[in-house]
Amino acid sequence: MSIKLHFDVSGDDFTRAGEASGKIKNTLKELGFNPETVRNVAIAMYEAEINLVIHAGGGEIDVEISPEAVTAVFKDEGPGIADVEKAMQEGFSTAPDNVRNLGFGAGMGLPNIKRYSDEMDIKSTVGVGTVMTIKVLNKQ
Amino acid sequence: MIIKDVAKILDAEVLCGEESLDREVKSACGSDMMSDVLAYVKNQAVLLTGLVNPQVIRTAEMMDMECIVFVRGKRPDAAMINLAEDRNMAILCTKIDMFTACGKLYESGLRKQEREA
Repeated sequence: MSIKLHFDVSGDDFTRAGEASGKIKNTLKELGFNPETVRNVAIAMYEAEINLVIHAGGGEIDVEISPEAVTAVFKDEGPGIADVEKAMQEGFSTAPDNVRNLGFGAGMGLPNIKRYSDEMDIKSTVGVGTVMTIKVLNKQ
Repeated sequence: MIIKDVAKILDAEVLCGEESLDREVKSACGSDMMSDVLAYVKNQAVLLTGLVNPQVIRTAEMMDMECIVFVRGKRPDAAMINLAEDRNMAILCTKIDMFTACGKLYESGLRKQEREA
């Protein structure tokens, strides 16, 4: 059995970035998931949600929760990532200064997502958009 | 120590979370870079920061932190306080700067907890 949830993420309201991740965190807590799994999902999703807002002008998130794992797919029609390998390097960032002033944009987002997820896949086309899938296994 | 002790040591004003002042806290971290908080800390109860925006509250939420201390006289707005109240977090404000605030708490026994491998 699995639960599927969908979220639309607005690209013009930085203050609301994190709402979807917070909701998923609460849902997983209510479902009785292991606290470490809950936190890993919350952090990985939160960084990805922030990315949707600061880089892609918003997008959508589809989350599937099963007893074994949580899978989240982030879709956007943003500028795309020219060099995914480079973007994965800690410290590499294309974020503008105003994002840095908000406490993000230090080239930590994608590495953080990788750190907290068990599987991560990025498919991106410049000028078309990006689809990122992250999977966190439920630690028993 | 409990959150009430943190407030006392830092001569801080409690903006919300009065009901959680007796909660015990063992570890803390200080940072203005939220991605660093998300990357390197685990099981920290207290976040000290000079950054003021709603993502500070959200970051603390994702990390299961219970108390946020705004240093060097920074003050969150009403929207941020509401966000923290909804998440049962305590918000403290101190005029003390980051370095000194961290030093005072360290001296009183709070430590950084390393991320597990």
